[in-house]
Amino acid sequence: MVSYSLFGQEEENLNSKKLAVDVADLTVAYRDKPVLWDVDLQVPSGVLLAIIGPNGAGKTTLIKSVLGLIKPAAGRVLIYGKPYAQQRGLVAYVPQRGSVDWDFPTNVLDVVMMGRYGSIGWIRRPGKNEYQLATEALEKVGMIDFMKRQISQLSGGQQQRVFLARALVQDARVYFMDEPFQGVDATTEKAIVGLLKELREAGKTVLVVHHDLQTVSEYFDWVMLLNVRKISSGPVDEVFTEQNLRLAYGGKVAFLTHHTHQGND
Amino acid sequence: MSELLNNLLFDYTLRTVALGAGVLGILSGALGSFAVLRKQSLLGDAVSHAALPGIALAFLLTLSKATLILILGAALAGWIGTYFIFHITRNTRIKNDSALGLILSVFFGFGLVLLTYIQKQSYSNQAGLDKFLFGQAAALLQRDVLTMIILSVLVLSLLVIFWKEFKLLSFNADYGSSLGLPVKKLDFLLTGMLVIAIVIGLQTVGVVLMSAMVVAPAAAARQWTERLGLMVILSSVFGAFAGISGALLSSSISRLPTGPTIVVCISFVVLVSVLFASGRGLVWTWLREQRNRHKIKIEAVLSDLYILAEQHGSIERSHPISVLRAMSIGHGGVDRSLGDLKEKKWVEQKPDESWVLTPLGLEEAKKLFDGKNKIL
Repeated sequence: MVSYSLFGQEEENLNSKKLAVDVADLTVAYRDKPVLWDVDLQVPSGVLLAIIGPNGAGKTTLIKSVLGLIKPAAGRVLIYGKPYAQQRGLVAYVPQRGSVDWDFPTNVLDVVMMGRYGSIGWIRRPGKNEYQLATEALEKVGMIDFMKRQISQLSGGQQQRVFLARALVQDARVYFMDEPFQGVDATTEKAIVGLLKELREAGKTVLVVHHDLQTVSEYFDWVMLLNVRKISSGPVDEVFTEQNLRLAYGGKVAFLTHHTHQGND
Repeated sequence: MSELLNNLLFDYTLRTVALGAGVLGILSGALGSFAVLRKQSLLGDAVSHAALPGIALAFLLTLSKATLILILGAALAGWIGTYFIFHITRNTRIKNDSALGLILSVFFGFGLVLLTYIQKQSYSNQAGLDKFLFGQAAALLQRDVLTMIILSVLVLSLLVIFWKEFKLLSFNADYGSSLGLPVKKLDFLLTGMLVIAIVIGLQTVGVVLMSAMVVAPAAAARQWTERLGLMVILSSVFGAFAGISGALLSSSISRLPTGPTIVVCISFVVLVSVLFASGRGLVWTWLREQRNRHKIKIEAVLSDLYILAEQHGSIERSHPISVLRAMSIGHGGVDRSLGDLKEKKWVEQKPDESWVLTPLGLEEAKKLFDGKNKIL
């Protein structure tokens, strides 16, 4: 009887409501070449999920099409049970660091306050409240001393922290981050991991495009393996297996397999 | 000079010309800043060239030379050109730069054909249409300037109203889109404003060189500041300065086309900015480099003397300059460096013209070696 209610229709509905991100049949093609093919992804609320896969697997495309930056050929995206367009306020995006020109004439504080532009609305300028939120976020990422610094003078790790702070001020529930560890030093990587775990503890859901297979089980609790099609997704200790890695990367991952979970190690 | 000022205040033509050129400079400077930051500098070139057939067609259809009608034709053609460029880039394998070149030359060529055709016909009032090639400020009328001012106020107000959105659009459009900004509409609006800024300058500067008024003031302003707001203001000031001075020069000297004169003025501003701007200026960078290079050479000679003293186990022993020169392969300038070191009292010259470290110099040399080689 207990088991009945566990697997019954009612329980399943409840579960689907708790899904932070629910992607179904997502297909994206550039011209005639499919980049994502029929991808489904269910991410429960409150997990730290790594999206991994070889170059050209469509990881960035997945994030961008979920956020509506790329128009998918097919598929739907729900954020907490509703279409993305209605739930924009719940979502924050950290683009790839290299996607902007850091020689743009502005400073750190200004960039972080951009995170509030969505909620400030038209015509109004960032004010005291935005300043307050921005300084708090800069404090969190350890960049408060660089508040007035020109962004052209930042190192790669500092740029990444500024982007993270900008997403933090959005006070979202779901975070999409595109390679936040790319080209940052060990200290920054540790700091970012700490921040990700803090976010999870605060009940947020974080999806991260990740490259370093060796740190997947250390940093994340969920993982999605992607190579145009979804290979697998789920808790790290269930799906981060040698077999799945082979499927995602082809046969060239022998040197990595000792980092995966081999059942009950 | 005072005569010029006098004319400026009381001469109707000169006042009109200066006002018009100033307004176009302000507007193209402000919008140009965004074009440059969004890496769309060449779009200005394409738009202004693409405007020519619009001007010619507007004349052919209406047989009127009213500025507003010609500007409307120019804006329409310029906008169509822009639209083509975006679509060619998005939907074909042709890259953005090729698309720009393609549209620019095709539209401009068509414009020239139309212009020649018009000149061969016996339209009584066609004279002056060819002035749109290189611009003629003296032809500006008060009502032209009024049109320019109204359009400028409109465009600049939009710039102020959507300031933070345009800033985000220029810095990180994808992120803006994720926040829910209607990025495509904003892009369309900003590009439209750029087209307006370009076409209101065509009569004065001409289609061939108008793009300089979009790119040059912004490039010069970028040298001086690291803030977007200040950059836009400076760019407008530079644009206005070049516009006014160029227009005045070409109005007071006969047969001097306005466009090229304005471009010479703005080029001067760019040159000064690139060379002397605080921080980014080439002259300061060069001086800093020279200073560093000089410092390194001095330290090299100092450490050579230290190494010699170390090898001989004595700091009293002096060494002839030829030895130091031999050791200096790669850094050179030994004589000058020794002179500077002597001034600092870190080395001294013995009566036999050979050189030796002073105790002070020894301390400095030790600092260079950072505690290593502590033989002395």
